[in-house]
Amino acid sequence: MTDWTKYKGLALAGVLGASLLAAPVAAQEGEPIKVGILHSLSGTMAISETTLKDVMEMLIEQQNEAGGVLGRPLEPVIVDIASDWPLAAELARRLIEVDEVDVVFGCWTSVCRKSVLPVFEELNSLLFYPVQYEGEESQRNVFYTGAAPNQQAIPAVDYLMNEEGVERWVLAGTDYVYPQTTNLILEQYLKDAGVADEDIMINYTPFGHSDWQTIVSDIVAFGSEGKKTAVVSTINGDANVPFYRELANQGVDAADIPVVAFSVGEEELSGFDTTPLVGHLAAWNYFMSVDTPENAEFIAAWQDYIGSTDRVTNDPMEAHYIGFNMWVAAVEAAGTTDADAVIDSIVGIEVPNLTGGTAVMLPNHHITKPVLIGEIQDDGQFFVVWETDDLVAGDAWSDFLPGSRDLIADWTDPINCGNYNTVTETCGGSDL
Amino acid sequence: MTCGVRPFRAVLACLLLLVALAFASLARAQDTSPLISDFGGANLRALAAAVEALAASGDERALPVLQALGDGNLYETVDGGIYIREGRGAIIDAATGETTTDVEPDDLRVIRINNALRRDIRAAIGGMTLLSEDDNTRLRAAREMFSTADPANIELLDEALAQEDNAAVRRVMEQARAAAILRTDVSEEDFAAAVAVIAARGDRQALGILNANLANASEAERVNIEAGIARINQALAIQGVGQNVWYGISLGSVLLLAAIGLAITFGVMGVINMAHGEMVMIGAYVTFVVQEIIRTTNPGLFDYSLAIAVPMAFLITGLIGVAIERGIIRWLYGRPLETLLATWGLSLIIQQGVRTIFGATNRDVGNPSYMSGAFDFMGIAITYNRLWIVVFSLVVFALLLLVLNKTPLGLQMRAVTQNRRMASSMGIRTPWVDAMTFGLGSGVAGLAGVALSQIDNVSPNLGQGYIIDSFMVVVFGGVGNLWGTLVGAMTLGIANKFLEPYAGAVLAKIIILVLIILFIQRRPRGLFALKGRAVEQ
Repeated sequence: MTDWTKYKGLALAGVLGASLLAAPVAAQEGEPIKVGILHSLSGTMAISETTLKDVMEMLIEQQNEAGGVLGRPLEPVIVDIASDWPLAAELARRLIEVDEVDVVFGCWTSVCRKSVLPVFEELNSLLFYPVQYEGEESQRNVFYTGAAPNQQAIPAVDYLMNEEGVERWVLAGTDYVYPQTTNLILEQYLKDAGVADEDIMINYTPFGHSDWQTIVSDIVAFGSEGKKTAVVSTINGDANVPFYRELANQGVDAADIPVVAFSVGEEELSGFDTTPLVGHLAAWNYFMSVDTPENAEFIAAWQDYIGSTDRVTNDPMEAHYIGFNMWVAAVEAAGTTDADAVIDSIVGIEVPNLTGGTAVMLPNHHITKPVLIGEIQDDGQFFVVWETDDLVAGDAWSDFLPGSRDLIADWTDPINCGNYNTVTETCGGSDL
Repeated sequence: MTCGVRPFRAVLACLLLLVALAFASLARAQDTSPLISDFGGANLRALAAAVEALAASGDERALPVLQALGDGNLYETVDGGIYIREGRGAIIDAATGETTTDVEPDDLRVIRINNALRRDIRAAIGGMTLLSEDDNTRLRAAREMFSTADPANIELLDEALAQEDNAAVRRVMEQARAAAILRTDVSEEDFAAAVAVIAARGDRQALGILNANLANASEAERVNIEAGIARINQALAIQGVGQNVWYGISLGSVLLLAAIGLAITFGVMGVINMAHGEMVMIGAYVTFVVQEIIRTTNPGLFDYSLAIAVPMAFLITGLIGVAIERGIIRWLYGRPLETLLATWGLSLIIQQGVRTIFGATNRDVGNPSYMSGAFDFMGIAITYNRLWIVVFSLVVFALLLLVLNKTPLGLQMRAVTQNRRMASSMGIRTPWVDAMTFGLGSGVAGLAGVALSQIDNVSPNLGQGYIIDSFMVVVFGGVGNLWGTLVGAMTLGIANKFLEPYAGAVLAKIIILVLIILFIQRRPRGLFALKGRAVEQ
């Protein structure tokens, strides 16, 4: 892929030569290709999404220094969806119709994705969605570069069950679609594995919940019945800090009741002293602490771009990195930015990920990922304690939900369908 | 590719394991330093074997090394040396226990462990320290043995019990012994004695052990165990009520802090101030900035950071409040809708401003040492940060009451609210009083921010989460009455916490809202309605 250091050197030379135009843009001619960036830069989700906007700008800048795509420069078009989902759909429409972007990278929450989906379908454009999500979806115009439940939740539960011997489960989540669906899948998965009803406790809290006293003491009570207990947390961003604070204050030790989180990464922990949390877990497909040359290069480039060595990298950033490189490769392969051509050419595209493997775009528009389980360290980083032997292929339709068991997604001929029922052999089996 | 590396790693792990085991068998006869050097370069599985071998060796260096490993203070160097270093302290050679200067701190790499290892280490340390000189160490060891309940420890516990003279430690040791005995095949007599010891403990863990043993008890024993379970359950039920009350008070105090500033700006002045939450947020950011400055200039003062932040936050948010009143609100008196929109807009501007200056991500505000941890009060876990916030909110409430009732400013405030024209003709500068009142309300919101920085995210969204709750408390308590705000906050807090265990957090909030709507229907002026002519205006 991009030899970043080389171009950094070139860029430096350009600056030293006091001529910004002398930098390596020579290869770029013709009209710029517009790339839409659709993230919340204000409102509740700004806390997570601002970073993704920055990383996209960095990737585009790098690509331009490397000569652009098809010999044309890339031009980012940034809009702020302000954590307002109907606005997201409007802005997506504006990006495609007015700004005429060829591809959009964006959204964090599932509700954002759901609200922009019809726009991308109607106007036949491309969306790369970088966050782990609940699955049960595959759309022709969308590429899911985050983890599906089988690439995050299920392996994490397997780890706790097999390596830690957990028998009792608390499924705690924020009250919205991602935790609800994930917990539905996990509950079924646990029951299939022989866990009794009374050994599963499910708890939902509102967005931004800040008073965790009752819930944490319930968890402690639930966990002191003689069976090894763990908490599977799908608690969303903002509510996590007070949750972990309460855990620490009530003395919940990770060696006794570990909490495995699916939405807590380096970025969420950066505003926080993690000493009392050492040993709690998170499941992702990427950690900043992973020791590979690709990752070291990415981190260096990111910290250099943002101008601070304190800034961390996280999983959704890697997802954008993969997604962007896949799109570039697909456009180069197709020789055009036309949506239909890219949709055809992108399936099967392989690009390196940052953890030493390769990501492949699958016919169901999900990608292959390694699954890593990390324990929180006192410096806010994760120490990988377990990883899957092989890359795991993203499964759009969960095998553990009755409605979606028989469904597959395949956007290549002859099936060309996002919810193909393998039993009745028809498209449109279910739209959960 | 990871798969290519895997077989090699597996082979390495096996080799290390064999090496560790080989050393383990030799260990008793010889020096432990090869055992300690096994910790270097080992993966988690090999580390587990190394821990076990070292613990079994009985060497005097085993304890400090294991403790360091458990605390994340054990380091390795590239050339295979193992060292202990606490924080930024001196570097100690793990094998000899002597301070060394041969190693550069930059060359040290921390040896990472996982939860399974942490448990092993804790159990091993428990076994090693059960006969320690120090009471607290022995107590910790006994507690550890109680939770592992390993029958292999019975012998050691008997030995320890024979020489134990501290009653508290003795009790825990007996419980640990009983828990371990219940895992073995014992005579009915011993079984009954062990059950009695566990039942007397009377907490949740005891309940768990009793429940687990119910199935394999004889008929006669079953009655005893069931009686024990019933007794513990009853005690826990009473504790549960106490716990809910405390959690309710604690939630109520947070609501009180958030709402009390609004009780002045909205309650006393009648300004619908949607930017109130942002004043709280600015107070939290002031705490962050104060801590940041202390961290870079004088880390020793960290425990006093909140004491410094409290007046700073009050002054800064108070001044901002005065500026808002003078700049915006005074042009809008008597036009509540415009005030609402203007302050709402202002709140968005402040939020985005803070986001631009400090970034969108959470900022790290630390807990001073006296605000971390918890203590046990009659079986209820009370966390220090919550306790201090309850105290702080009551102090702020009392001070505010004092200001309103005993100072000239308070008198003028009340006079202006009750009859502006009369107050004005008596020579009170009403615009000045308005500015001061708004400043006071905003300053108190800033104080709330200092407290909330200890339990919540410090992010630009901090205030949004509290604005609705604050209005709810003020309206429910009765507009214009501080006591109403106190009672309102506590009532809502406690009601919420009693509903939460049954209804869940989401439903509890909805039920509370419905109840408030019904209540306001019956009593539109809230709990403590102001009486008299002032209300009629």
